[in-house]
Amino acid sequence: MTVNAATTDDSGSDSMGRVATEGLDSTHGVVLYLDDISVSFDGFKALNKLSLSIDIGELRCVIGPNGAGKTTMMDVITGKTRPDEGTVFFGQTIDVTKMSEAEISTAGIGRKFQKPTIFEHHSVFENLELSMKADKRVRKTLFSSLSSVQKDSIAETLKIIRLNDSADRVAGLLSHGQKQWLEIGMLLMQEPRLLLLDEPVAGMSDDETERTGELFLSLAGKHSLVVVEHDMAFIEKIARKITVLHEGSVLAEGSMDEVQNDPKVIEVYLGR
Amino acid sequence: MTGGISKRLYGPRGWAILALFCVAVFVVMPLLNLAVPPESRFHVSAYWVTLLGKIMCYAIVAVAMDLIWGYAGILSLGHGLFFALGGYAFGMYLMRQIGSDGQYRQPMPDFMVFLDWKEFPWAWWNSDSFWWCAMLVVVVPGLLAFVFGYFAFRSRVKGVYFSIITQALTFAAMLLFFRNATGFGGNNGFTDFRRVLDIPIATPQTRMALFAITGATLIGTLLLARWLTTSRFGRVLAAIRDAEQRVMFCGYDTVHYKLFVWTLSAVICGIAGALYVPQVGIINPGEMSPANSIEIAIWVAIGGRGSLVGAILGAGLVNGAKSFFTQTFPEYWLFALGLIFILVTLFLPQGVMGLLNKKKQ
Repeated sequence: MTVNAATTDDSGSDSMGRVATEGLDSTHGVVLYLDDISVSFDGFKALNKLSLSIDIGELRCVIGPNGAGKTTMMDVITGKTRPDEGTVFFGQTIDVTKMSEAEISTAGIGRKFQKPTIFEHHSVFENLELSMKADKRVRKTLFSSLSSVQKDSIAETLKIIRLNDSADRVAGLLSHGQKQWLEIGMLLMQEPRLLLLDEPVAGMSDDETERTGELFLSLAGKHSLVVVEHDMAFIEKIARKITVLHEGSVLAEGSMDEVQNDPKVIEVYLGR
Repeated sequence: MTGGISKRLYGPRGWAILALFCVAVFVVMPLLNLAVPPESRFHVSAYWVTLLGKIMCYAIVAVAMDLIWGYAGILSLGHGLFFALGGYAFGMYLMRQIGSDGQYRQPMPDFMVFLDWKEFPWAWWNSDSFWWCAMLVVVVPGLLAFVFGYFAFRSRVKGVYFSIITQALTFAAMLLFFRNATGFGGNNGFTDFRRVLDIPIATPQTRMALFAITGATLIGTLLLARWLTTSRFGRVLAAIRDAEQRVMFCGYDTVHYKLFVWTLSAVICGIAGALYVPQVGIINPGEMSPANSIEIAIWVAIGGRGSLVGAILGAGLVNGAKSFFTQTFPEYWLFALGLIFILVTLFLPQGVMGLLNKKKQ
């Protein structure tokens, strides 16, 4: 596993291997590249010259104390917040800081929110149907119907998220953990290249957490994943490379052991 | 659950009710009004034809309101404006149809003669053409809604802020139309219509024809709205209502969706207004008053948000009650309306439709 304090080179195209990337120029093996991102809210620097790169097929865990800028970082990547400075490149050519949320999603970045955000009044099936990769312009949506390939892909996702018995249930009636899984399923339906997962196991039972970890490990390689999580036991189970954020920039980066033994990290975070 | 998410347009029962409604509007009403002699106790008088025609116009507006409020979650408190604009657009044509039969025996409308105008204002260009005015009925409310919606939705104006701005919009338009100089008859508006398509407007036959056209429009609007809300488009709308951000992160440009349904809703209101004016015989800026627009929202709330049939029921029930109250206890109508609204909000969050559905289960 490569370890780099500076994160801007292409050292990470190692164990994961490369993934076929249609429409996304990732010739250097990097799927996401944040360069010198700064965001401030009323003088408070939520992100301070943050630079970070994620490799194709990588599973990256991001940790950091409250207010370190983890969620703001996701907001910037998904277009919810515009950075004051810096650029975010998705692949080599797509600058997402100039795109809308919908365009970024269509380009291939999916996001799971901290609080499960699903369509509570729609059935589980319809939740997946709506998030499915398709032409999402008004006119196409008016006249669209499900092809058998699409139905199969929904059925397959239902199986992955273990909700195949609940396809017709109203999503609002699911348990908290099931909602988290449904949201992950919705992300999968979008067929994203990069998944951003904000506290995906919050509120899950141990069993569900365990299965979520397995799911993420199986997704890595096919997709690139960025997982923000507070649950250190979960991180320990899935982490290959960890980035520690502190006060809006990268404090340390490396394997679990390296990060845990880093004096800076111990000072601000682990050794509180 | 709200949203009425279903894959079929209507089940057999729904189609049967719709067929019954068609029989009532296109067969029973014309027979009882035109064929049954006035002395008979089965005769339906002109008063009832006009009242029911008027209520059907309101029901069309209620469906339009339900589309944006019940499904897309956008509460407009200015929908009376689009209704009135459609009414004014068609009213211009009706004013031109009066010809020289006005009180002043002049080729121009009476109010223009009274103001000593020699020429028509620019907005009246080509207003003697039926098709031109029919086009304005659709284009004027549609264009205003599109431009207003474009800026509001793009700037992500939402919730109560959006509602208040729509309220201000209709209020501003009302003040504008109250002025004589605006060119639409000031506070008197348009009235005293004589003909439509050169046919005398006050005959029982014309009245019944207008009634039937309104009924057909109501059915058409209902089916269009039903088709929209049962398509994937409709599911996206309901998703926008429940979790707009998630919809955006799913890759949908929600501005386009909201703009489409918002503009469509305004156009439907304009058409309803155009049908309303020849039947009621008057259009004035009072139709743009904020209270009128709020009442539209109340119909839908009472009938049941997110149910199209509920919206129609709501418009029918409230306006039926209104015409009863304003005849028997005119001073108590607003109290009664307020009370009904409070009771429905407290005890029937899903409106009358919610009550009916609960009974069924």
